[in-house]
Amino acid sequence: MDKFTKITGVACPINQANLNTDQILPARYLKWTRAQGIGKVLFQDLRFDAEGNEKPDFPINKPEWRNAKIVVGARNFGCGSSREAAVYALYDYGVRVVIAPSYGDIFSGNAVQNGLVTAIVADEEAAEIMGALSRTPNLPVTVDLEEQTIVCGNGTYQFTIDPVRRMRLLNGWDDIALTESYRDRIAAFKAEDRAARPWAIPRSGA
Amino acid sequence: MNQPQTIIDKLWSAHEILRREDGNSLLWVDRHYVHEGSFHAFGKLAARGVKVAEPGLTFGVADHYVPTRGSRQNIANPELARMVRQVEENTAQHGVKLFGLDDPRQGIVHVVGPEQGLTLPGLLIVCGDSHTSTHGALGAYAFGIGASEVAHVLMTQTIWQKKPKRLRVTVDGKAAPGISGKDIVLAIIAYIGADGATGCAVEFAGSAIQALSIEGRLTLCNMSIEAGARCGMVAPDQTTFAYLKGRPYVPNGTEFDKAVEVWSKLTTDSGAQFDQDVTLDANAIAPIVTWGTSPEDALPIDASVPDPAREANEDRAKYLRGALEYMGIAPGKKLTDIAVDRVFIGSCTNSRIEDLRAAAAVLAGRTSKVPGLVSAGSTLIKQQAEQEGLDRIFRDAGLEWGESGCSMCVGINGDLVAPGERCASTTNRNFRGRQGPGARTHLMSPAMVAAAAVAGHLADVRPLLAGRKV
Ligand code: SF4
Repeated sequence: MDKFTKITGVACPINQANLNTDQILPARYLKWTRAQGIGKVLFQDLRFDAEGNEKPDFPINKPEWRNAKIVVGARNFGCGSSREAAVYALYDYGVRVVIAPSYGDIFSGNAVQNGLVTAIVADEEAAEIMGALSRTPNLPVTVDLEEQTIVCGNGTYQFTIDPVRRMRLLNGWDDIALTESYRDRIAAFKAEDRAARPWAIPRSGA
Repeated sequence: MNQPQTIIDKLWSAHEILRREDGNSLLWVDRHYVHEGSFHAFGKLAARGVKVAEPGLTFGVADHYVPTRGSRQNIANPELARMVRQVEENTAQHGVKLFGLDDPRQGIVHVVGPEQGLTLPGLLIVCGDSHTSTHGALGAYAFGIGASEVAHVLMTQTIWQKKPKRLRVTVDGKAAPGISGKDIVLAIIAYIGADGATGCAVEFAGSAIQALSIEGRLTLCNMSIEAGARCGMVAPDQTTFAYLKGRPYVPNGTEFDKAVEVWSKLTTDSGAQFDQDVTLDANAIAPIVTWGTSPEDALPIDASVPDPAREANEDRAKYLRGALEYMGIAPGKKLTDIAVDRVFIGSCTNSRIEDLRAAAAVLAGRTSKVPGLVSAGSTLIKQQAEQEGLDRIFRDAGLEWGESGCSMCVGINGDLVAPGERCASTTNRNFRGRQGPGARTHLMSPAMVAAAAVAGHLADVRPLLAGRKV
C-alpha cells in the first residue's frame, strides 16, 4: 500500500446524504477484477443515463471536477453493502481522500486497507467546503494527514480520523504483518479457548 | 462483585486476544462464512502463496450469483457459471466445506448459517457481506467485513477491531397481529435514521423483541446494518435454545446442555450501562413500507409520502424531490394509492419458512394482480414449503416459485426489476438501482408484499387477514 502524507488537487462536492456503495459501484460490476478497470465505472448509474449518455449535472461529470482527487460528501458516506470494490473504484478513478461528516463503518474500514483517506469534518464544515467549491469550482484543496488539516481557499479546517488508521495510512502499513508478529499470542489464545469453549467448535460429522 | 456487563461487553471480552495501547483489539473469529464474492480475498491468498489458517471454521455457500430458474447444474450464463465455479474451486483448494449448488443444504449465507446450527450464541462471526449482522439474532457477535479483512481472517482467523459504542434499542409492548419483525425494524430505522447506529453494537431488548420468533429476530438483526450498526444482537433465551436443539452442527447430548448453561449467562446484567439507549413502543407500530431510496424513508401504510414544498430545510427538500422523482411518486400522494408492477418475496431478510407462511396466509385463495417471484432462503426451506403446500398457494396466485439464492435482492444473478418498474419487496435495501438500474423498490414485510400483490397497490394487510389464521 502506498503511503499518504499530503495531497493538493481538484475536489468534487457530492451533496448527497447516505450515498451508499451501490451508488459508488453498482452490483453488476462486482464480478469484475480490479484489473478490468473498475475506476471507469465509478458512480456509473449516477454519471450515465440508461442510454449511456453522461448526465451533465452529476458533479464529477463537470469538466472542472472530472479529475477529482478529493470527494466532499454528506453524512453517512459509503453506507450499505460491504463491497470493497467501491473503494477500489474511487481509488482507481484517482480519488485519494473523501471528506464527509460520517461514513459507513465497513466502508471506512475498507478505505484504510487501500490507502484511501476518510477525513471527518462537522456537518457545517462539509457544507461550507461544498459551498466554496460550488462558487469556485477549480479551487484547489490541500489535505494534510500529518497535520490533519484541509485547506480550501481561505478556509482551514481541522479534520478527525481514527489515530490508528492515520498511522497506517501515513506509513502504508498492512495488517497482516502486524498480526503475524502476534502469532504466539494467537496460538496461546486458541489453545486456552478450545479448552474453555468446546461448544464453539462446529460438531463434526454433521 | 464484578462490574455489571452488557452482552456486548461479554461477547467482546471472550474473543479479545490482545488489546494494543492504541485501542485496537485483535479478536478471535469462531466462524467465517464465504461466498462467490470472496474471490478478491482468495486472490490475495494466492498472491501470497498461503493457505486458509482454519478451514474447519470456514464455510462457503453459493448464493449471490446462482440462478433461480433453469438448470443449476449446467448454468446457461457463462459469467454466472464462472462465479459459481470460482467459489467451488477456491473452497476445494483450501479444504473449506461448501454448500454449493449440488448440496441440498444450499441457500443464502445468512439463512444457511443459523439453519445448519453453525451460528451459535456466544460466537464471533464474520463474512464479507454487510448483512452478517443477521446472525446476532442467536446471541452471536456478527459483523460484515470487506475483502482485505476477509483475506486477513482467512490467513489468521483473527480480526482487528476497535470496541464499538454500545446502543440498546428497547421495544416494549405487544405488537398487533400482522406486525412482524420487519415492521419493528423499519420503525426503528425510521426513528433513528440510516446512520442512527453508526459505530455502535446494538442490543435489541424489551418484551416485543423477546416475543419474536428466531425468524423474526433474524429479520430484525439483518437490518440493523441499515441503521449503520456494526452488529445487532438479541440475548439468547429459551426460544433460541429450542430453535438450535438438534440442528446438524450444534453440540448434542450432554454437550448441548452444558452449552445452554453457558449461553444462558450471555445476557446483559442488571444495572449494566450502555453508551446510548433508545426506546420504542410496540403497541404503536403499524405495518410499515418505504417510499424513498433509503431504508429510513419508512412510514406507516396509512400515511402519505412527504411533500418537499412543505419542508423548511432546503437540503432535506432537495433530497425529497430527488427521491420522489426517482421513485416516480407525486408529492403528498397516499401510500395506498401507489400501484405496484411486481412483487418479490425472498432475500436473507425475509425468506424463512415463517415468512413464506405469512405471505401464503394472505395469498391463499386469492390471485396476485401483478407478476412476482418467490425464492426461499434455502433449498431446505423450499422443500419444507413444498411439503406444506405453500408453493401451490403462490403458484395458484400467479407467482413464480423459484430456487433459492439472493435473486432479486441484488439482481446479479439476472433476476432484475426492469427500469422504471415498481416492486413491493421483502428485501432490505431500497437504494437506487438496487434491484436493477432504474428499479423502484418498496420494502415491507412478506405479509405486506402479499397484500400489495392482491391489491395491485401498496395496501394494509390487516383487513386481508380478517378471519384468517396467522
Ligand atoms: S439476499 Fe441480498 S442482502 Fe442478503 S446476502 Fe444476498 S444480496 Fe446480500
